Amino acid sequence: MAQELTRPTTWEGNVEELRGLVSDRALTGETLLLNMGPHHPSTHGVLRLLLELDGEEIVTCLPDVGFLHTGIEKNIEAKQYEKGVTLTDRIDYLAPMSNNTAFCMAVEKLAGLEVPERAQVIRVICLELTRLNSHLVWLGTHALDLGAMSVFLYAFREREEILDMFEMLSGQRMMGSYMRPGGVWRDLPAEFLPKLEHFLSYFPRRVDDYEALLTNNPLWIDRTQGIGIVEPEDALALGMSGPCLRGSGVNWDIRKAQPYMGYEQYDFDVPLGEHGDVYDRFYIRILEMRQSVRIIEQAIKRLGGAKGSFRSENRKFVPPPRAELGRSMEAVIHHFKLWTEGFSLPDEEVYVAIESPRGELGCYMHGTGGSKPRRVRFKTPSFMHISALGKMSEGYMLADLVAIIGSIDCVLGDSDR
Amino acid sequence: MGVVSSKLGNLGVVTTTLEQAVNWGRTGAMWPLLFGLACCAIEMMSTQASNYDMSRFGMELNRASPRQSDLIIVAGRVTRKMAPVLRQLYDQMASPKYVIAMGDCASCGGVYNNYAVVQGVDEIIPVDVYVAGCPPRPEQLIHGVLTLHEKVKGERFADWMSK
Amino acid sequence: MNVPKALDPAAALKSAMPDALLDTKTFRDELTLIVEPSRIPQILHYLRDTQGLIYNFLSDISTVDYYPETRMDGQRYGLSYHLYSMLYNRRLRVKVYLFEDDVTVPSCTEVFPGANWLEREAYDMMGIVFEGHPDLRRVLMPDDWDGHPHRRDYPLGYEQIMFSFNVEDIAKHKPFAKE
Repeated sequence: MAQELTRPTTWEGNVEELRGLVSDRALTGETLLLNMGPHHPSTHGVLRLLLELDGEEIVTCLPDVGFLHTGIEKNIEAKQYEKGVTLTDRIDYLAPMSNNTAFCMAVEKLAGLEVPERAQVIRVICLELTRLNSHLVWLGTHALDLGAMSVFLYAFREREEILDMFEMLSGQRMMGSYMRPGGVWRDLPAEFLPKLEHFLSYFPRRVDDYEALLTNNPLWIDRTQGIGIVEPEDALALGMSGPCLRGSGVNWDIRKAQPYMGYEQYDFDVPLGEHGDVYDRFYIRILEMRQSVRIIEQAIKRLGGAKGSFRSENRKFVPPPRAELGRSMEAVIHHFKLWTEGFSLPDEEVYVAIESPRGELGCYMHGTGGSKPRRVRFKTPSFMHISALGKMSEGYMLADLVAIIGSIDCVLGDSDR
Repeated sequence: MGVVSSKLGNLGVVTTTLEQAVNWGRTGAMWPLLFGLACCAIEMMSTQASNYDMSRFGMELNRASPRQSDLIIVAGRVTRKMAPVLRQLYDQMASPKYVIAMGDCASCGGVYNNYAVVQGVDEIIPVDVYVAGCPPRPEQLIHGVLTLHEKVKGERFADWMSK
Repeated sequence: MNVPKALDPAAALKSAMPDALLDTKTFRDELTLIVEPSRIPQILHYLRDTQGLIYNFLSDISTVDYYPETRMDGQRYGLSYHLYSMLYNRRLRVKVYLFEDDVTVPSCTEVFPGANWLEREAYDMMGIVFEGHPDLRRVLMPDDWDGHPHRRDYPLGYEQIMFSFNVEDIAKHKPFAKE
């Protein structure tokens, strides 16, 4: 078996196999075929790119993904719905609560389960904190790739504060599985809101610091403006979404177009770009960080008046709290049924899409009528964006490719699942 | 530096064994290979960043080339498509080389017990230290690194011959 | 700028291509059109370009395997195209059912270029062959992998869980690297 795992794969194949995928000049040897392998410092994760280079200029770029394909969807299909939530954290590991939310919303839609208002407000706070978390990592690694190393350290310093808050909520820094079908796992602890308010009081000034370092920096502008331009029609046709689509000027944000979790009640702007280059996509994400702060501040104010509890009380789907088990026989029966067999969902299909920090994260779920799903599929934005990488990088230099990869904010766990 | 401080007088002369001196040199600046695969890589980056600084323990730089590094921290799930790549990188490293399997997926397959994930990276390369966690906290990773340093400090001539 | 009135997709498709639309279904405010597999590119082209429909964004191509059950007239697989109309802000699902021994569907990469990788993944994971696809190779699994993992009769492939009573047995068969 060790031999099987370590034999060389088909990379030593013939150039003839690539006929039709790369231009004809590669087959004669006029252009160079370069493998930007799965292990590379500036591909964010294990992405393999087969580049056809004419000197320094990229003629064709063929991405090869699948080095992180973990079979998460098939694993979830072997588990009950409540237990599948922990596996969804690890799909897009920079924004774990977004994946949780997409999965839980699909379960709730299929079950017809109502989420109480307080749970919705808590979910919005967590989703926006996740967006901040993800954009900070993106900013740090993107700047690091292009040479601005201090931004990496600043961004991760802010991120530690957010991870402390996640740890207060769920006990885990990253993969909390905090969202459950029907609401969230437990109510906000007492020390969460003071820490969150303290964080929001100084965070906008930190974003000013990042802008002072990058936005008007002539080196940064030279490296990012005019690079990786995507026209709006191409972006739509290639299935791009999120900041990559908005960078080209198409105004589509699922939080505004098809709101979920009460997003229609919050007042926030959606930044749009004009040119569709790397600089626009960068600036949109900086502005999105500021808008997220705005949303969280409004959500904190709404928390006091929100009705309901942190999770739905529908005991057919949500297990009762342990304190109730001593008092009520029905609670014991529900507890037993839910923790042994799990709840059953109808033999129908739903599709739910949310706006994750990367773009449109969709969850397609088909139930069986039993307690395990027939099919769970996640449509992930990184998969579409990496497929568009070939079109986006044609004609640019090899050094610009690093900037383009950073700007599409791809996470390989998101792309390969 | 117990060896140095115990003998540093006005003469500035230190006596020690060859093994202790060599092992001290090896643990002092062990540069890892930049090999982050998935979620554990983000925690590894957090460990390298300013809050839990791993440069305190000698891991100042992550080298991109396997020929220049002596430690590989396998951070993340290794899939069957990625396994030959990992083996090739390990073969390219010059000995003495050490391996830390960071996280549950690298140690034993983790949450994923299925067709696509290698159940533990020790099916492919020999591992020195396993760090548990999903993902392990930065403090856990630093504990793993210090455990590796303890192991290296205990090495003898016989181990060097076989490496 | 006056926007043309939004049409009902089922009625519009039925009047334009009467033999293509087989059934419609609504569940939790989601409309699903069940159509004839061989007419998929024409149907998607019609839905994308007709005034009043303009479903110009392909969100997703998903597959379902109904094994060991079947659907409709005994088909085993379901293939769904999730469309979104930016102008009218509404979603639509176009679904086809495929037989076990006839899993070919014409490719829609001419209509939506973004479907290129989505169709590759449907081929890789479920074994659905798209005719006319420019580059139908495996995308997530290694190139020489055998089988289609997301089919229901493909095993999960898990390793036995190690307890204290079977840990030696498992360790004997597990390959450990020596050097």
